[in-house]
Amino acid sequence: MGQIQLNQVTKSFGSVEVIPPLDLTIEDGEFCVFVGPSGCGKSTLLRLIAGLEDVSSGMISIDGADATQTPPAKRGLAMVFQSYALYPHMSVRKNIAFPMKMAGIDQAEQNRRIDAAAKALNLTDYLDRRPGQLSGGQRQRVAIGRAIVREPAAFLFDEPLSNLDAALRVGMRLEISELHERLATTMIYVTHDQVEAMTMADKIVVLRAGVIEQVGSPLDLYNRPDNLFVAGFIGSPKMNFIEGPEAAKYGAHTIGIRPEHIDVTDASGPWSGKVGVAEHLGSDTFLHVHDTGLAETITVRAPGEVQLHYGDAIHMSPRAELMHRFDANGLRMA
Amino acid sequence: MARAVTPQRKAINTAAAWAVGLLIFFPILWTILTSFKTEATAIADPPVFLAFDWTLENYGVVMERSNYGRFLWNSIIIAGGSTLLGIIIAVPAAWSMAFVPSKRTKDILMWMLSTKMLPAVGVLYPIYLLFIKMGLLDTKFGLVIVLMLINLPIIVWMLYTYFKEIPGEILEAARMDGASLKEEVIHILTPMAVPGIASTILLNVILAWNEAFWTLNLTAAKAAPLTAFIASYSSPEGLFYAKLSAASTMAIAPILILGWFSQKQLVSGLTFGAVK
Repeated sequence: MGQIQLNQVTKSFGSVEVIPPLDLTIEDGEFCVFVGPSGCGKSTLLRLIAGLEDVSSGMISIDGADATQTPPAKRGLAMVFQSYALYPHMSVRKNIAFPMKMAGIDQAEQNRRIDAAAKALNLTDYLDRRPGQLSGGQRQRVAIGRAIVREPAAFLFDEPLSNLDAALRVGMRLEISELHERLATTMIYVTHDQVEAMTMADKIVVLRAGVIEQVGSPLDLYNRPDNLFVAGFIGSPKMNFIEGPEAAKYGAHTIGIRPEHIDVTDASGPWSGKVGVAEHLGSDTFLHVHDTGLAETITVRAPGEVQLHYGDAIHMSPRAELMHRFDANGLRMA
Repeated sequence: MARAVTPQRKAINTAAAWAVGLLIFFPILWTILTSFKTEATAIADPPVFLAFDWTLENYGVVMERSNYGRFLWNSIIIAGGSTLLGIIIAVPAAWSMAFVPSKRTKDILMWMLSTKMLPAVGVLYPIYLLFIKMGLLDTKFGLVIVLMLINLPIIVWMLYTYFKEIPGEILEAARMDGASLKEEVIHILTPMAVPGIASTILLNVILAWNEAFWTLNLTAAKAAPLTAFIASYSSPEGLFYAKLSAASTMAIAPILILGWFSQKQLVSGLTFGAVK
């Protein structure tokens, strides 16, 4: 079991309120991702749930029981840190065994769980090494192993992949997702990377300045962003925003159109402009179009290889049914 | 581009390093050499470096005249005791300052260090009177207390610096793993701080071993350590350089040997590789 509920939780550091009153429920077995730009309070929120920071007011309950004043050791949660935070003076085996030793689990059971975790995480050959002798990816796996063996009510991940190189990050992302499928334990995952959020989450919580901007499934957020901030944050490349007369045509203050929802046409189309930078990825081509009279740059995602280069004039046709409309306050219009 | 290290440059650097090293070591070397000379050779002009009749006579006289073992024992108790007591007090102090600092932590550290700027002789009179009142004069216990207090700021500072280097996330990880404060200190903090604590202990043993102001002023016979043993050869019967040197050599030998053997352990760090 691992349902976590935050009720009117606030956090202030001195006179600075970093989390204004906030309500959130994370269901048992859910993979919940906190995402937002640097300094949005997502890590603070995670540390409040972990008990590493005290709430200024409000209540945190885990599985229905009030855990607001419970010390971290007694909350039954496991955490994976950005820096891995392995114990440098202990072997991998002892690192993984540490939480079980603290819980007083007998030696035979400890060994059984260590072997199972090591097998699942490809660490069997490294059990007798020290953390200093491992690569970044292996260290991250040890940190995950240490979290798994105590069979927590929920896992907390604090930007666990940000110290890894790009290729490793994709691999570890899949491993963590698979781990979640296998264990079906609640996971709360903090990241600033919206791609991680989109690919891993059951539920995404988008935060800005300590305030929840929107909660929903990845596709909810992609298809129906509540406001301009969420619309701009979710999706890559970023959504195009257009104001002025073009937006007024659609009865909105601002219209938003995703790069993948604009078609490039040869001769005609409602929008036109000159190609600035063309990024050829093979699978797609990202065109950054200038001189459109709509916005400084319009980004277009054309599927496959498109033979367009700097300075080429093009026409574009947005798919009106996939356009997002926002009012003067930046909120979604029905 | 990295600077090219030519063989000539390497040779010059090596020679310079040896020259500086020998310059620093020379007074100690001269003391040791003098201890093997006769009193006449010791004051010969021009001085004799190595070409003299080596003799152990001075050591014999020194051993015969004073009870070296008792002075040595007193030094061990005073240096060891004051360091141990200081460590017991300083570890929790440094822990709290490093991991749960308050707004005033830096000020407290500076204030502690500022007590080291006061000339010791400034507080000799009050401390002497206190010692008489409390019956601590010429006792090992009294010296343990005084030397511990004198060195405590340095012990706290050194430990604070080492503890600061331990990443906070590792201690938080231990807390998440279910460790109580006591278990956190025993299983995580202490093993990681061992090299730091060891070098703090070593430095403070050396400081306390060599401390001469308080040990000379607050002891007479019973609690006198090796510093008093050296001093007893410096004046009463005129200057006997060779015997004074023999006494000095015997006094510094234990600490020199200790330093020599512990230097390797102190260099190796443990935290490497824990945190990227």
